[in-house]
Amino acid sequence: MIYNSKYESMPREGLMQLQIERLQSTLNRVYRNVAFYKNVFDENRIDIEKIKSIADIRRLPFTTKEDLRKSYPYNMFAVPLRDIVRIHSTAGRTGRPIAIGYTRNDILNWSEQVARVLAAAGVSENDFVQIAFDYNMFTGGLGLHYGAEKLGASVIPSSQSGDVQRDIHVMKDYKTTVLLSTPGYALRVAGNLKEMGIHPEELNIKMGLFGAEPWGDATRSRIEESLRLSAYNIYGVNEMMGPGVSGECGEKNGLHINEDHYIVEIVDPASGEPLPAGAKGELVISTITREGFPLIRYRTGDMSSIMEGVCPCGRTTLRMERVTARTDDMFVVNGVSLFPVQINDILKKATGGAEPRFQIVIDNLAGEDMMEVRIEVVENMFNDEIKKVLALKNGIAGNIERELGAKTMVTLVEQDSLAAAAGGRTKTVVDNR
Amino acid sequence: MLRIRNLNAGYGSLRVLKGASLHVSPGEIVTIIGGNGSGKSTLLTSVAGLVRAREGEIVFNGSEISAASPETIVAAGCSLVPEGRLIFDTMTVRENLMLGAYTQLRRGRRREVAEDLEGIYVMFPRLRERAAQLGGTLSGGEQQMLAIGRALMARPRLIMLDEPSMGLAPIIVKGIFEEIRKLREAGNTILLVEQNARAALRIADRGYVIETGQIVLEGTAEELLNNNDVQRAYLGKDYKSISDQS
Repeated sequence: MIYNSKYESMPREGLMQLQIERLQSTLNRVYRNVAFYKNVFDENRIDIEKIKSIADIRRLPFTTKEDLRKSYPYNMFAVPLRDIVRIHSTAGRTGRPIAIGYTRNDILNWSEQVARVLAAAGVSENDFVQIAFDYNMFTGGLGLHYGAEKLGASVIPSSQSGDVQRDIHVMKDYKTTVLLSTPGYALRVAGNLKEMGIHPEELNIKMGLFGAEPWGDATRSRIEESLRLSAYNIYGVNEMMGPGVSGECGEKNGLHINEDHYIVEIVDPASGEPLPAGAKGELVISTITREGFPLIRYRTGDMSSIMEGVCPCGRTTLRMERVTARTDDMFVVNGVSLFPVQINDILKKATGGAEPRFQIVIDNLAGEDMMEVRIEVVENMFNDEIKKVLALKNGIAGNIERELGAKTMVTLVEQDSLAAAAGGRTKTVVDNR
Repeated sequence: MLRIRNLNAGYGSLRVLKGASLHVSPGEIVTIIGGNGSGKSTLLTSVAGLVRAREGEIVFNGSEISAASPETIVAAGCSLVPEGRLIFDTMTVRENLMLGAYTQLRRGRRREVAEDLEGIYVMFPRLRERAAQLGGTLSGGEQQMLAIGRALMARPRLIMLDEPSMGLAPIIVKGIFEEIRKLREAGNTILLVEQNARAALRIADRGYVIETGQIVLEGTAEELLNNNDVQRAYLGKDYKSISDQS
């Protein structure tokens, strides 16, 4: 179902007009109200009146996580503190946390965005929606909660009790029809069902919307098979309100972006240069309706791409590819930028979907980077004929070189040996340079 | 219906509008709110062709009109009800109305004009009563009705109203805004510039807030009424009443 067809199915021309209007008014507001933006625009001699089209957005400087950390807690807020009705925060695992402020209108807009994303997956007012995200400073729990309520669903704010089996009892007894959680949590539920002797069909869950962690098609199939549900991908960024930036529709072919609230770009994570539709790069988002905490060209650190073309679902909004990696995972070998997920994709293809565990080791010998991919042998890679194993090994090396442009050595190692050597926690990339 | 991009306009060396972008969709009431000298009226007079746009595009029903003459713009279906009414005092009410039909009469649409006149008399019975009276003898509220009626005589597709509440008693303002709402129900599209933000937002679908020639906020009327900056600057609410109201 399309929750708000006026905006979600708006003709592109009208949407472009709305975006430029909202971008310009956001720029006028941040220049007046946020010292950081006034300074950064003045220092870079940026005349915001010269931003006349969406394409001009690339003239504006980026906002980085570091900028937000420096302004902790309230210096990026664009309204007086008394207008703020809610404050969330990032976890601050990699440094100082970031405080995120919301006005009353921000909360209303956020609920609307989440309601759209839920409706796109097929959630309706008849559903029992169990929210197994934490209800705290993190945006996941409360963000989804308000959206699900706006949709009129019966919301079960189970959070994560820390005891999955207890959560499963809630699911069973309350006849939960929709599960909202991380994909990892869904897999834990599946594992515990087995332990508890509950058949997945004893539950009423027909769909799950999962996010907050990168996950791929292999995980999707595992969740769908083990829980007998239809799994959808949702995407959000704490700094952009939280969940609600984008989500999959019934086509499950890319996540529709709420473009009347966000302008999304893809840039080269190394150079910051804009990349065309289809190219994979870092997702950069500007808010265009945010009152409390507007952000211009925020570098999310998430890797994705923009999918052009019309979706059969009737929405006219652009879609983004699901986020599979963080820019933090990127490594460079002889000038080529690579991600572990790309290696994973190649291994998956070569092994018929097995996705073996692997490790990338990089050294530098006499000025030349050397990459080695160590792969744990999985069952279907075994073959009596050493010749066939060798062919597989060489084939993988060849594919990596051909598809990614990086020369590599491939070593096959024993099952579980990587984890054992690292004391249980495998590092995907070991950089010895 | 109306799409404006990056509009710059002013008088002499004075830049009043600095890159304003906005749009009005068919059937909408859109309001522009802002203080004195913020550029609201300049925006309307630029669309009407009375002030030349220095830069930017104004597209009305698919045609670029930023360089068109005022009469072409009226003929294209875009009429302005100017600030201060600008009634011809020494002409009768009927003559004032017939002036509004100028572009229609030039096309020889006598029968349509007669029908329109009747329609306006039905809408504003007071104007029928005073049809033979001189414009200058009408009260402020009646003059506003006359100004709206005169604009309607051109059969506009978009009616732009510049401060229709100006100088009118609150009870009269209420009546005028009720008429504006009825105009929309009859299928008209309306762009309304107002200092009386509360009255305007009560009947509008969407609105823009303009400050020193720049648009700083766009949203539904509900969002703008909810916005604390709008409440403080244009609705005369201080912090206490905002918290009391919530």
